[in-house]
Amino acid sequence: MTDAWHWKSAREIRDAVSAGAVSATQVVSDHLARIDDVDGRVDAFTQVWRDMALEMAGAVDAKIARGETPGPLAGVPVALKELFCTREGKTSCASKMLENFESPYDATVVKKLAAADAVFLGKVNMDEFAMGSSTENSAIKTTKNPWNLNCVPGGSSGGSAAAVAAGECPISLGSDTGGSIRQPACLCGCVGIKPTYGRVSRFGLVAFASSLDQIGPLTRTVEDAALTLDVICGKDPMDATSADLPATDFVGGLTGDISGLRVGLPREYFTEALNAEMREKVERAIDVYRANGAEIVDISLPCSDYAIAVYYIICTAEASANLARFDGVRYGFRHPDAKTMQEMYVLSKSAGFGPEVQRRIMLGTYVLSSGYYDAYYLKAQKARALIKKDFDAAFEKCDVIAGPTSPTPSFAFGAKSDDPLEMYLSDIYTISVNLATLPGMSLPCGLTDAGLPAGLQLIARPFDEATLLNAAHFYEKNRGFDMGRPPIA
Amino acid sequence: MEYEAVIGMEVHVEINSRAKVFCGCATNFNAPPNTNVCPICLGMPGALPVLNRDMVDKSIAVGLALNCQISRWSKMDRKNYFYPDLAKNYQISQYDLPLCHDGRLEIEVDGERRVVGITRAHIEEDTARNTHTLGGGQSGVDFNRCGLPLLEIVTEPDIRSAKEAYAYLTALKQILQYLDVSDCNMEEGSLRAEANISIRPKGEAAFGVKTEVKNVASFSGTQKAIEFEIARQEKVLREGGVIEQETRGWDADRGVTFTQRKKESAHDYRYFPEPDLTPVVVDETWEQRIREQMPELPAARRKRFESQYGLSPYDAHVLTLSRSMADYYEAVVAAKADAKKAANWVMVELQALLSGDKAAIEHCKITPENLAALLQMIDGGAISGKIAKDVVVAMYATGDAPATIVEKKGLTQISDSSVIEDAVRQILDGSPDQVTQYKAGKTKVFGFFVGQIMKATRGKANPALVNDILRRELEK
Ligand SMILES: [Zn+2]
Repeated sequence: MTDAWHWKSAREIRDAVSAGAVSATQVVSDHLARIDDVDGRVDAFTQVWRDMALEMAGAVDAKIARGETPGPLAGVPVALKELFCTREGKTSCASKMLENFESPYDATVVKKLAAADAVFLGKVNMDEFAMGSSTENSAIKTTKNPWNLNCVPGGSSGGSAAAVAAGECPISLGSDTGGSIRQPACLCGCVGIKPTYGRVSRFGLVAFASSLDQIGPLTRTVEDAALTLDVICGKDPMDATSADLPATDFVGGLTGDISGLRVGLPREYFTEALNAEMREKVERAIDVYRANGAEIVDISLPCSDYAIAVYYIICTAEASANLARFDGVRYGFRHPDAKTMQEMYVLSKSAGFGPEVQRRIMLGTYVLSSGYYDAYYLKAQKARALIKKDFDAAFEKCDVIAGPTSPTPSFAFGAKSDDPLEMYLSDIYTISVNLATLPGMSLPCGLTDAGLPAGLQLIARPFDEATLLNAAHFYEKNRGFDMGRPPIA
Repeated sequence: MEYEAVIGMEVHVEINSRAKVFCGCATNFNAPPNTNVCPICLGMPGALPVLNRDMVDKSIAVGLALNCQISRWSKMDRKNYFYPDLAKNYQISQYDLPLCHDGRLEIEVDGERRVVGITRAHIEEDTARNTHTLGGGQSGVDFNRCGLPLLEIVTEPDIRSAKEAYAYLTALKQILQYLDVSDCNMEEGSLRAEANISIRPKGEAAFGVKTEVKNVASFSGTQKAIEFEIARQEKVLREGGVIEQETRGWDADRGVTFTQRKKESAHDYRYFPEPDLTPVVVDETWEQRIREQMPELPAARRKRFESQYGLSPYDAHVLTLSRSMADYYEAVVAAKADAKKAANWVMVELQALLSGDKAAIEHCKITPENLAALLQMIDGGAISGKIAKDVVVAMYATGDAPATIVEKKGLTQISDSSVIEDAVRQILDGSPDQVTQYKAGKTKVFGFFVGQIMKATRGKANPALVNDILRRELEK
């Protein structure tokens, strides 16, 4: 049997490896070969940890040979976004500032995945410090969309999405501050979930905006997303904002039963801002629920218009402080020409950070400045509370909210990179979910005429990932078509 | 015109938790540079703070001891500024909602009671230590101190003199030591005091321009620096000058304050709520638990010493200066010593020995039980008070029980009348001139005879018996 393991789901790989039907080493070798084959064109990977991957796979095989119970991700290859701290390799955040930075510790999620017997293939590209929606802000390389190599993979977890879409790994780990998992998942035709804020420990995730950042998987199936989430979620004593909740069984919750499910359609998400083809795909996806007995209800999220403004005040404010530590004193880039302390700061930051990162640091510094704090930061916090209230009210009437993930399908390189405001609009449907700390996910729901993926976004109540994943799983099983594989051979 | 000083104090106290405030690193003072560090206190990418509960417990205790309100809900904030001693380039502190607020501390100056209002006490992390002694134009940073738990205690501008400032600091330190929440060691920096000083014409309500005096290594230094600063400001104003708002240092050798940093424009710290930490919610139960664990505080203990042991206010004050001294005293009394005599012995004899050695009572070799035994030997007539003073010196040196020392050195008091009678007669027989003088009414020589007899008995004669027998013999 020579069927390529690299198109299998994590679940299939895990089952086969655990049953001894295939060795983890073979699965991993197959994926490494796939990376050799396609990544020269996709450019998703920034580091491939060949030796480490084979060593981890060997350890899983040895464990099974000893008769020990393998973990829930036994032999499953995983790629990590460049901003997860790992002892192995570099943790660059796709920035010149950290291009040679080696973390002295592993992120909690990295430890959890390793403990579940997953195998790390390496790290994947992203927008510098997760700031961007196209991965064009990477200081390392340009990642392409496997569905069309002239188009962006979305961002900031663009490398994660492209790697999964191109069959280079069944699971990649991303982070989502305003849509950075869901939007690239949408643009690359993957499944991507941003869990409730607090569901997954952020310890070892290099922070962009601490009150919004959340870690989640990008996969090709909903079941794989559930499987990964079961492994990585849970209270972490190292993260004060992680939630202490009972152990989850999201995989077990994929019942295929949506009886009584109420699906809310927010009026504000279906306007002219939404590309017609994307709208049509999303509406057809909602028809699947309607046709299968779900109750479709009209809802309103009246404060949606403020989301982008609120988001860019809060995320930049937090980022301006989070990124202050990159100063050349203890680690990271220090400009060789700096002769004084002041020069060390100014030259290192000016040369180490790319333009979008500098723009956001400046914005964030501005909105926190004395005299502007009340007008911007404080007002944004109040508006954030109102946005959350909108969702609370909506969830009185429905159990999940359905709508588009992205207003447009993927776009050509350079199409929006000169216009930050245009680029910021890529996240109009995803940002509110972070502001309201809700779980949200993107599911592939068809291809445009140009052959680019469209995505359906589902949103649920805080910590109700079970309902979210079950609803998503139901759609995936009943959508009536196959997404197929991207044209990349 | 008469001027009046207006002084507010800001005191940074390093709380003696075993771990730093947001990570698990050790807090000992003398570790080699950059050994008590981890990704969290080094501000490494991805690291997150977790608030140390013990720090909150101890901070609540200080707040309660200073009669503060404890906030049911307070939060941590980020204070943003760039400096190499600040790992994250922001300090986690508390801005508008401190843990403790609106308290007061009573102090006494020259027998007069004064109340100093406590504005707030808030939790923050300490900074690292920069060193500029590496040579080659390089500076080094030691992050061992970065993230140590700090409590900043800020007073209202209620203090009116350098003496009051000194009294405030002393009273505060006493409370901190009673609570056992800090080493309060100014040399090691575990207690740092800053004074905000301004003067104004007496009777005026508006404040003058203030200067801030920082980096003084002792309480007495702080007192001197404030005295100097008040006089300096007065001189400037009397000569028609203006006070500039600035930070001033203290040159202890020259006894002057000097300009350290002019107040350019006010620093914009861009405070905002720390998103990596959840709010500090202290409910009734938590506060009550801390209240119940609190030791008796100096003021209460002083009052109790007066009523329970019948001590004078002064003695009660001295004995409660430190918790360890008060504990020691009470242990002596508990071992069945007379309360007043025990007070004298602890305050005078023992204190003299300790001061001579610059030793702390915690390390004193004389156990409270042994000191009580010594006092009982005096009461029982086994030794004289004079001998006891020698015995206590030996006890201090060896830690032996008084009975052992008395026996070893043959110091038991002579209370046998016939022995003393013999000694008295011998002295009287050998001093006919003085006997004649005495009989002629010059009774002062009585002391001479006592001295001679004590000398002859090497001080062991029971003084009361000597008195009786001598008088009887002389009256014959
Ligand atoms: Zn530490």
